[in-house]
Amino acid sequence: MDITADDDLYKAIILEHYARPPHKGPLLGHTHYDEGINPSCGDEIELFIKIADDTVEEVNFDGVGCSICLASASILTNVLRGKSVAEAKLFREAFKKWITVREPEPCPVDLDELEALGGVRNYPVRLKCALLAWETFEGALRKQSEN
Amino acid sequence: MKISPPAPIEAGTIEDDFPFLGDVIFLDSAATSQMPVPVRAFMSEHYELGASNVHRGVYDWSVRATDRFEDTRKKVASLIGADDACECIFTSGTTDSLNMIAQSWGETNIQEGDSIVVTLMEHHSNLLPWMQLAERKRAKLIWWDVDDNGNLALEQLPEILAAQPKLVALTWVSNVLGTINPIEKIVPQLKEHGATVVLDGAQGVPHLRCDVKKLGADFLTFSAHKMLGPTGVGVLWGRREILESMPPCRFGGSMILSVRQDRVLWAALPHKFEGGTPNISGVHGLGAAIDYLNSIGMDNVRKHEIDLITYAFERLGRVQGLKIYGPADPNLRSGVMSFDFRGIHPHDLATLIGRENICVRAGHHCCQPLMRKWGRQGTTRASFYIYNNTRDVDALAVALEKAGEVFKDVIR
Repeated sequence: MDITADDDLYKAIILEHYARPPHKGPLLGHTHYDEGINPSCGDEIELFIKIADDTVEEVNFDGVGCSICLASASILTNVLRGKSVAEAKLFREAFKKWITVREPEPCPVDLDELEALGGVRNYPVRLKCALLAWETFEGALRKQSEN
Repeated sequence: MKISPPAPIEAGTIEDDFPFLGDVIFLDSAATSQMPVPVRAFMSEHYELGASNVHRGVYDWSVRATDRFEDTRKKVASLIGADDACECIFTSGTTDSLNMIAQSWGETNIQEGDSIVVTLMEHHSNLLPWMQLAERKRAKLIWWDVDDNGNLALEQLPEILAAQPKLVALTWVSNVLGTINPIEKIVPQLKEHGATVVLDGAQGVPHLRCDVKKLGADFLTFSAHKMLGPTGVGVLWGRREILESMPPCRFGGSMILSVRQDRVLWAALPHKFEGGTPNISGVHGLGAAIDYLNSIGMDNVRKHEIDLITYAFERLGRVQGLKIYGPADPNLRSGVMSFDFRGIHPHDLATLIGRENICVRAGHHCCQPLMRKWGRQGTTRASFYIYNNTRDVDALAVALEKAGEVFKDVIR
């Protein structure tokens, strides 16, 4: 396989989120927080989530990582905004299942920009990068319920 | 029956001995090296001709297995310049060797308040056993810094000597920067001030002529799989008087002289430290790998590496936006080359390079404290060995340019 302009992995939308993430940096007044680390590459993601009335009102991320990891985190901040906590959880599970299976199946939720991450399927070692923010999101919810 | 020793393994052509490298450019030998066909064949004989345990049976198969096992010990001793083969203990690898030193020597000799020195360029395996030991013993951990050129900060040496450390854990060659540390210059000073020196030779022994007497350290550790041999085998070399003073740390079969209900006598060196059935075919493989390297000659192995490093600096130097870490003088470094390319994250870069059938490493290389100091999460790393050539470097340069194209609009 050659590196081509129309890239199966590094789609323009991914690179755009990587270069100019709209919701990056700490979020004041967050209600939920967690950090995720990918031990194999040292990538680190922080998620700041503000949940009110059972709705994800705001999500920001911060951290350092590869383009797949950071783009996935950035898209997360877009797509989960405005969803109820239950919807967000379902969304996370649906996305995880969709991206992990070898042969793509129709996803029960509207993946929106996340569709662009489908190419990761061809690079199984990069799945962890694509999922780090989503695991961190789950961690943040779990942490809060434990408290 | 007398079994005559097999003829030493000899190197053939790269094409014959590494046929699987045809379409793949393997630039990750610092992680693990490839195994030549004759080494694999020799290793397999242990099972193909009839397996047996070592040091026990009286039948031919056991004699063969044992002879080849102990022959390897002599080859190891000769390779590293040890006069006494009993100082060479087989382990499962460098990590195992270092942990054994920490468990046995460390537990016995380190006391509360003692100082332990580790360098910022240590691999986690020559770091974590000492950090753990320091914590257990309430010893003081002193970090030996690395300067911006990737060299050990020698100006810190007086401070380190003044601390009179009980132990200094030091790598011969950095697995991230390629830096060859000036061991022969440093170690005598450390020893004069009472330190015991543990030298991690994982990246050194496979690439450089080794003489433990000149290096001067008290312990040397290395792994077979980074020198054309198999995984799961390593060596712990130590000075006889130190090894003899140390308690065993792997209890089980083979490591005793006698066991009674009220008394146990440990076996003599090296068996005292080799409890349990060892990786027999693996040790045979290490012996074959040493033969193979000797047939090339360690000086030629090193010369080939210097040639490739020289070429790589020249060729990769023409790739715009490429920064190679570590010493620029090929004589002061190994064929481990970590680099940054236009700020592209190492995982992205390694993926893009990988599409061109080039295997490079990306990440922190088990050296996180150094990465943190440099404010990085990782680097991309190419590393050379005997089967690499200048065409591999050319291919890497082309792949880098292509990767740059994909990320050309991403300004970070």
